[in-house]
Amino acid sequence: MATYTSPVEGDGRTGLSDLTAAVGERFGSVLSPMAAGHGYVLTLSLAQPGSLPSLCGFLFSDLGCQFGGMIAEEHSSHWQLHYAFLLPVSGWIDVLLSLPIETTTVPSIVAEVNAADWHEREVEDMFGIHFDGHPRLGDFILHDQIWREGIDPMRKNFAPNRQLKQKLDLEWQPLLIVGDPGSFAMPVGPVYDGGLGESLHFLLETVGEDVIRASPRLFYNYRAVEKIAEGRSVSDALLLAERFSATSAFAHSLAFCQAVEKIHSLEAPPRAAIFRVLISELERLRHHAGAIAAICESTALAVPTAHAAIIEEELLRASCVFTGHRYLFGLNVPGGLSRDFEAEQCETLLPSIDKAEKELRILENRLRYSSSFLDRLEDVGVVDVKSARYLNLVGPIGRASAQHCDLRGACPYSGYERYVFDIPYETEGDGYARLRVLFAEATQSVKLIHQAIDALEPGAICVPCEGSYPGAALGWSEAPRGAALHWVSLDDKGLVERYHAITPSFSNWHGFHEAAENFAFQDFPIILATFGLSATECDR
Amino acid sequence: MSFWFWHGLRRGIQSTRYPRRAEAAPGVSPGRPVNTEFDTSDEAQSAAAICPVDAIIAHGSAAFVDQGKCVHCQRCHLSIPSPMNWDPAYEWTRLPAEQSECATLPSAFSKSMHIMVVDAGDCGACLHEVKQLNNPLYNMHRLGFFFTATPRTADLLLIVGPVSENMRGPLLKTWEAMPTTRRVMAVGSCAITGGVFGRSFMSAGGAGSVLPVDFEVPGNPPPPLAILHGLLVATGRKSVTKSELVSEGRS
Repeated sequence: MATYTSPVEGDGRTGLSDLTAAVGERFGSVLSPMAAGHGYVLTLSLAQPGSLPSLCGFLFSDLGCQFGGMIAEEHSSHWQLHYAFLLPVSGWIDVLLSLPIETTTVPSIVAEVNAADWHEREVEDMFGIHFDGHPRLGDFILHDQIWREGIDPMRKNFAPNRQLKQKLDLEWQPLLIVGDPGSFAMPVGPVYDGGLGESLHFLLETVGEDVIRASPRLFYNYRAVEKIAEGRSVSDALLLAERFSATSAFAHSLAFCQAVEKIHSLEAPPRAAIFRVLISELERLRHHAGAIAAICESTALAVPTAHAAIIEEELLRASCVFTGHRYLFGLNVPGGLSRDFEAEQCETLLPSIDKAEKELRILENRLRYSSSFLDRLEDVGVVDVKSARYLNLVGPIGRASAQHCDLRGACPYSGYERYVFDIPYETEGDGYARLRVLFAEATQSVKLIHQAIDALEPGAICVPCEGSYPGAALGWSEAPRGAALHWVSLDDKGLVERYHAITPSFSNWHGFHEAAENFAFQDFPIILATFGLSATECDR
Repeated sequence: MSFWFWHGLRRGIQSTRYPRRAEAAPGVSPGRPVNTEFDTSDEAQSAAAICPVDAIIAHGSAAFVDQGKCVHCQRCHLSIPSPMNWDPAYEWTRLPAEQSECATLPSAFSKSMHIMVVDAGDCGACLHEVKQLNNPLYNMHRLGFFFTATPRTADLLLIVGPVSENMRGPLLKTWEAMPTTRRVMAVGSCAITGGVFGRSFMSAGGAGSVLPVDFEVPGNPPPPLAILHGLLVATGRKSVTKSELVSEGRS
């Protein structure tokens, strides 16, 4: 088991100023710190988009930044495109591109930053901005067999309740990549596995035994959360942020609330911050138990599946007893938490957490000696370190391929810098490495829950978050599946003007093909389970 | 490898005794707000005002809850001085508003029903709770309920999610492929009224606007036992409680 210590410890600022100096020297741009409460965020404005790809390439390849995501905003007279990069020494660089509203074409950065691929496809599909140099645009969120061209739902002039006359094109065929004689495509989904799999479609292209191309087609669950959030009050939009992906509801509502808190320049009181850490880790522990159950199930090992599933259900029950909701809905509010907890409640939570940890350890030790199980996982679905970096994988999947980035350590929020914990990582990048990371992270979560309960101090649980301040901010949290970034922009009435959620499943589905390709058909469900991605978290 | 066999045996039977006995383990259900008689009409008004999805309707000093709309945000429980009454149980299955007869499956299905699940834009919670029915703690097989991989052999279509535009076609195709003894169950407030997603260009606002629905299981998400109750209602082994029919805000 290898552990990684974040380089932030000590004086992170020195490194930061070096980096920004390097950018300034090379591109002659002036870097200015953003408004208060944004940590180390720096904005870089480019008047001309021509140098965008080389700048992004410099940040990603030369400086070693992690690509966070891309946010498009439509204003009355101009477009704003934000490219968020996480600096290797903690803090964000926000490459901000302002363009006149008439602009229809922007240079693509895919050649330099491959991880921007799906972000650009999304913006093209939803806003109608064309990315020059992108290899494959169109048919992304708005599926071509239903949606005609020329509809840009995220534009301000598109009413969310507009009724469109849709017609299913029965002639439509998906784009095949392998054209060799004898090759065929096996479609899976969108309703598969007895409907118990989340709705998504795979086109598995093969010439016989091995999957040569695996293209996931997502957004069957797209409910336009970002569009319908526009014009709503913060408390109504919070319901959407919490409910688009229930298996990581707390992490997403936390990122959303932190963005709103930054706009209001306030911080959650210490007691709320501690409970936020506690509940985040409870969610992570429960999610990982469920992910482990799914991996056991994919290898048809019935007893361990049942074992892990019981651990998961007991954690769901413990969450319900502790917070009143099995999926931790209704807890986060801008400014803190909606409820306080008694000391006895924490006392009753601890035994269930310790029991879950003990049971997971029994399971792990047993699985380690189940050779038929290991045979199905080892050297299967391999993503090597280089590809993981190139595809910018996040979360436990990235960490199984030595991508250490964990926002709890890299860009601490909610007081995570005060806790002592490891960020476990592996280097093999196969299914077994991903399983080991899940087990190790679950152990760390238990450790964090104990530290949080020990650190509890009396005080307020929530500070009022009133008044309306126009502004925009990025909130983030490390969701169970990886980095979640929520961009919230409020207008002068305090209503949501733009909301964009960059989810770990969105980032990782983009790289899923790397793991699934060149492995046999029977390995596919196992690779799918070890990735443990959620379609609905990606779709929003 | 034989240790898995012994490991499984040693743990013994862990399944719930429901429906023969009520399940008393803490945390099996989050509960839900129910119709409440307050002292003053102001209290009822404040309960109705705090509800973000208009599920609470104040009528004099009483507040009625439309369970099909309730999204379990707990605001009427935590954020007002006089909270709504809370029902900790889980037998929540109801019939759609326009339906008065319970369309249970014929008796041949009572000990063997095959279920097809369709995720029509679900957030993952309802689907996850449906999956929990296969968990040893609930083990729906002991009651003769099975998930099936094909609509051709399915008796019940279980829909979760508000029916997103991109899933409308696959959902209809699944329904059309089922033999005509089929019944349709909408699970979760999203599948009943659209929930927080409502009706928009991307959401049909509930399964009822796409397909005829026979049973509704309200909740956001309904816990596994609530869904199990729904399955028992569909096979005629449990009944929709009378109070459920009359006490709702919609009536």
